[in-house]
Amino acid sequence: MIKVSRRALLKLDRIDMPARDPLERATCFDEVNIGLTPEEATVEAMRCLQCKTPTCIDGCPVNIQIDQFIDRVAVGDIRGAADVIRMDSLLPAICGRVCPQEAQCEGACVLDKKHKPIAIGHLERYVADTIRNYGLEPPVEPVEPSGKSVAIVGSGPAGLACAADLAKSGHRVRVFEALHKPGGVLIYGIPEFRLPKSIVQSEIDGLKELGVEFEMNAIIGRTITMEELLTEEGFDAVFVGVGAGLPRFLNIEGENLIGVYSANEFLTRVNLMGAFHENTETPILDLTGKRVVVFGGGNTAMDSARTPLRLGAGEVRVAYRRTEAEMPARVEEIHHAKEEGIVFDFLVSPLELLGNDEGWLTGVRFQRMELGEPDDSGRRRPIPIEGDVFDLDADVAIVAIGNSPNPLLPATEPHLKQTRWGTLEVDETTGRTTMRGVFAGGDITTGGATVILAMGAGRVAAASINEYLETGVWSETPEPALT
Amino acid sequence: MYPILEAESIAPDVRRIVIEAPKIAKKHRAGQFVIVRVTPEGERIPLTIAESDAEAGSITLFVQAIGRTTRLMSELEAEDCLVDVAGPLGRASEINRYDGAAVVVGGGVGTAIAYPIACALAAKGNRVVAIIGGRTREYVLLENELRDHGIEVIPCTDDGSYGRKGFVTEALADVVADEEVGVVFTIGPVPMMSAVADVTRPGAIETIASLNPIMVDGTGMCGGCRVEVGGETKFACVDGPEFDAHEVNFRLLQRRNTSYRAFESRQLSSLESLDHEHHEQLLAPVRGACARRAMS
Repeated sequence: MIKVSRRALLKLDRIDMPARDPLERATCFDEVNIGLTPEEATVEAMRCLQCKTPTCIDGCPVNIQIDQFIDRVAVGDIRGAADVIRMDSLLPAICGRVCPQEAQCEGACVLDKKHKPIAIGHLERYVADTIRNYGLEPPVEPVEPSGKSVAIVGSGPAGLACAADLAKSGHRVRVFEALHKPGGVLIYGIPEFRLPKSIVQSEIDGLKELGVEFEMNAIIGRTITMEELLTEEGFDAVFVGVGAGLPRFLNIEGENLIGVYSANEFLTRVNLMGAFHENTETPILDLTGKRVVVFGGGNTAMDSARTPLRLGAGEVRVAYRRTEAEMPARVEEIHHAKEEGIVFDFLVSPLELLGNDEGWLTGVRFQRMELGEPDDSGRRRPIPIEGDVFDLDADVAIVAIGNSPNPLLPATEPHLKQTRWGTLEVDETTGRTTMRGVFAGGDITTGGATVILAMGAGRVAAASINEYLETGVWSETPEPALT
Repeated sequence: MYPILEAESIAPDVRRIVIEAPKIAKKHRAGQFVIVRVTPEGERIPLTIAESDAEAGSITLFVQAIGRTTRLMSELEAEDCLVDVAGPLGRASEINRYDGAAVVVGGGVGTAIAYPIACALAAKGNRVVAIIGGRTREYVLLENELRDHGIEVIPCTDDGSYGRKGFVTEALADVVADEEVGVVFTIGPVPMMSAVADVTRPGAIETIASLNPIMVDGTGMCGGCRVEVGGETKFACVDGPEFDAHEVNFRLLQRRNTSYRAFESRQLSSLESLDHEHHEQLLAPVRGACARRAMS
């Protein structure tokens, strides 16, 4: 291998992720990022300083051995790189695309101070895509059946990760999904242009090869109760990863006008139900030439803004009550959204949604805001500027201000205790809930968070499920009283 | 795939379909619904469960062919399949014992939906009166079945071709005037339910309406089914589908239900323009799928 001096490497710029032309991509659902070439990946990997104490690893919620996998990429050993990643992460093709790297690994990269950080996310994606595209996945190794079985409730990132680990431990694993397609938020929430559904499908196919069973249209709490999973259905343990699926609304006048969508509804119609296809059977309001306004500043708000463009909207605005610096969305999504022509209105908060006599949305009344003192989240709190109110014309509004935990499951199972935020009460280190044999992880325990945290929680729970199945010991904390 | 065990026409454009869905049958209680997809690329539609047989592992749905999906569903026969049936969803009806009569007001296919509620009320020992309306005689559904449960039936038709001539609300006003009424359940077109609420409002008679808003997932995830009850926004799928009819904003519900009218009529007319062969192509993945499954 050619020796290159550290000083020479520091002169190299971070490789930009090649992306489709903004004007072309804003008309279709093809993936925006094209992916690094082998040459680009090699050069980017060579920029890595291979720190003695790599700070990036601490920045990663699942502590991938980042320096090691990048070292493998630098020498062209993609299989080796994948082996390193696989020790800690099960969904690299997905996380490489949707993790907020700038707040995690890349934000912790020492190069972030004076130079640009290593494109760790792009390299992770490169490794995962190369492995998948060339069929280099390691063969499924047969495991000794343990004789135990585990039910996984919800097929999003937490459930899939948990299922994978448990199947590899030899347990019979069955995933129950309320919708008609598996994948959870990866399928109904994140759009095709950011996370192609074929990638999610290949992860699910991989699990099926491991022997994981999937049962669709199974609403746990309704179709089958939690209690029945552990008794009649004969599962030895249950993992609950049902996500935070109850959309929050603004609770302002006019929110039930026609033309006002929750981000969940809008994205589900497009992503899960395929309302972007010409011959769709699921309706969506005709957006051709329409003015769309999106409330919120997270990734879901970015998805909710960029999707209408692709459905022919004339103008799309994102209205956020703080400034760009406080936006929780990934930097790349904000950048892409701007490139595509999304207009951002900062420091504005909707006061009222305006409608016509037929009940259709016609506009939004906004309150201008300014930033005050930092709040609990450490971000400066937006406060209204008295009297500074204005109206904006809009045909469609999409509310993307977050989700609360869906109460359907806890409401039907009294043994599952909830926190005052409606999340499930769990022991953080083990994922144990207050019901014997039942574990939980992901957004149902944290509230709306990230794919990587959900995946991490699924794996933590899998480890403690393994321990529980082996020892039969439930808890050092007092047993919940059976009522 | 969910096998269809029986399918028959019970009125013009109204089909009774019995589906094998043992887990749903076991859990179903009156008032709950399922989300159905007819074909692999089809939309999700909510349909109230009219009957269930836990022993046979089956549920019964009534479907009125008013749109593309319901039209296709109406073309299915026994041994065909539905691709997806999810449920039971929504809260079950609260069936209590009332001092006065329990009146069930159903319009058109709404009668089929009200049927299990009427039976449950009768089983609780209530005196049950069913006021069932239809445009003409052939749209008056389940009259004999209701009578078999000891329920007094007052059929009404718009044209007077059968039973009372006129709206169900007129018959209801007479019942309310004649005897003490403990509760009224109403299921049918939005204007009918709204009018029923108007009849019972002055006497403050407990009145419950089963709402039929637009839905996608049916589990509380999308919020498309939001309705206004007592000035508050509720999700019909998880908070309902039954609500205090005196508190429901029916005007809003009626409006929101027209959100996709243009799309829906395009869908229906494009389906109607297709010949028999094309219909069969659309239904090919589910046609006879039950029999095929049994063979494999």
